[in-house]
Order: sequence, then structure tokens, then C-alpha cells
Amino acid sequence: MSEPILTQRNERRLEKQAADNKTVFGFWVYIMTDCVLFASLFATYAVLHNNTYGGPAGHTLFSMPFALTETLILLTSSFTCGLAMLALHRRDKRQVIIWFTLTFLLGIAFLTMELTEFRHLVVDDNSWRRSGFLSSFFTLVGTHGLHITIGLLWMAVLLIQVLKRGLKRATVRRLMLLSLFWHFLDIVWIFIFTIVYLMGGTV
Amino acid sequence: MSDNNHLVVAEHEISRGTTKSYTIGFLVSVVLTIGAYLLVVNHVWSGWALVFALVALAVIQLFVQLVFFLHLSAKSHARWNLFVFLFMLLVVLIVVIGSLWIMHNLNYRMTPEQVRTYLNSQDSL
Repeated sequence: MSEPILTQRNERRLEKQAADNKTVFGFWVYIMTDCVLFASLFATYAVLHNNTYGGPAGHTLFSMPFALTETLILLTSSFTCGLAMLALHRRDKRQVIIWFTLTFLLGIAFLTMELTEFRHLVVDDNSWRRSGFLSSFFTLVGTHGLHITIGLLWMAVLLIQVLKRGLKRATVRRLMLLSLFWHFLDIVWIFIFTIVYLMGGTV
Repeated sequence: MSDNNHLVVAEHEISRGTTKSYTIGFLVSVVLTIGAYLLVVNHVWSGWALVFALVALAVIQLFVQLVFFLHLSAKSHARWNLFVFLFMLLVVLIVVIGSLWIMHNLNYRMTPEQVRTYLNSQDSL
């Protein structure tokens, strides 16, 4: 008698699991299209990076140690996000909150550094209006910063959900999507660091 | 019943990574990032050699993070993710290489005088 009920439950569980997997796949497809967006901005930057219109070039504007610090902060936040996912699979609510809070704070630190750099550039009259190079720089790095900002808002909302309702199925799924998004943003930053800061800082 | 059990087992096979795999991914990424940084700061190479070295280090780090952080693999559960990824890579390469090729070609073939004439003709429209 108990066996059919168990089977039914099992089936329902599998159906939900399949629906969750579809959601994760759909989000993965979104991330891949976002890659195409960033690729077009990278191409724009690559075409325009020498068009300084008599203004300053990258190597006079960018500080290498500053960019390296930003990179390491974002990389660490991607790692702590991974540790949060491991805690999530163990359904360890306390550790999920700890690791996501740490990820959130590192994200805030990264965003603060990026905005500080932008503010310095604009104050020194090197805003996006200065040259084609700076227009493409602000568009590329600014779009990444906008993604980070949205990721941080999303993380804050999910942290509140976890604190209030615990690790409900829907919240777990959303946290999985957020971690994909966060790792993806770190990968995009690797290329910004390499192409904009490392290459722009020397050539 | 046995079929269902089989499916439940399959579901648990989805790779989620371990503390070890995340730590390996993190440490390798840190080494690659600092390596690229030192190449630039110490002026080990210059010109195209440096550009190729930096792009190579970035691409290696891309794959390290894809495998250790995003768990992309050729196993059945991730195969469609892999297909979409490969298609994205194709589109990205066409967009980036195509744009650079066209713009470089235009730059090579047009004299500053031709560019100015062209821009002026656009202004009058």
C-alpha cells in the first residue's frame, strides 16, 4: 500500500527537479547571450582604444596595483560564492548566510573601487566625452559594473529571503542561478583586466 | 519503481563540485592572474609576444573557471550547456574577429583625406 504513494511522491519530486533543471538551463542560455553583448563591447573597445583624440591613453590613466586588487577581490568573491553553493547543497542555512554575506561584502568592495576610479577620471575631465577610447572604456567597464550592481541587489534580496523563510525550494533555485551569474561576471572581468588594464597599461 | 530509483541516482550524479575542486580553481586562478600581472609589471616581454602571453593566460583561466566553478563538462547532464556555450563561442569569435578585421582594413585603405571627405558628406545629409 505504501509503495504507490512513495512512487507518486518520487515522481512529483522528479518532475519538480526536471522543472528546476530547465530553469537553470534557461538561465545558462541567457548568460551565453550576455557573453555576446560583452563581446561586442570588447570589439568596440579594441577598435577604439587608440582613438584618444589628443587626450590621455590607458597607461597614463590606469593604476596597475589598483586593478590587480580589484581583480583579486572579485576572484575571492567568486570563490566564496562557490563555498556558499556547497553549503546550500548540504542545506546548511548558517553557512549559506555566512558565505553569501562575505560574497556580498567583497562585491561591495569591488564596486566601491570601480566607482572610485570612475569618479577620479570624471573629476580630472577624462570622462566618456573626452575621446572615443574613453567612451568605449566607460561603456565596457560600466556595463560590467551595472551587472555587478544588479547581482548585489539580487543577493541582498535572496539573503533576506533565506533569513526570513529558510532554504525553501524556490530560494535554493534562485541562489543557484545567482551563483551562475556571479561566476560569469568574474570570468568577464578576467578579460577586462587583461585587455583593458594589463594591455592598455603597457602598449 | 526500479526505473524511478535509477532516475533519482542520475539526479545525484550532477556535478556540484567539492571544497577541493573550488579551492583548486581559486588557487590556479590567483596564480594565473598574478603571473599575468608580473609579466606586465616586470616588462618580461613587449609587443605581440606580451599580447599573446596575456591572452593565453586569460583563456586558460577562462577554462579553469568554466570547469571548476561552473562545472561545464561533456557529461550527459551538461551536454546542452556545452552546445550552447560552443555556439556562443562561435558567434563571439565571428563578431570580435570580424569587427577587428573590417575596421583594420578600412583604416588601412582610407587616407585621412578620404575619411574627412566621407564625414563631411555625412554631415550634409
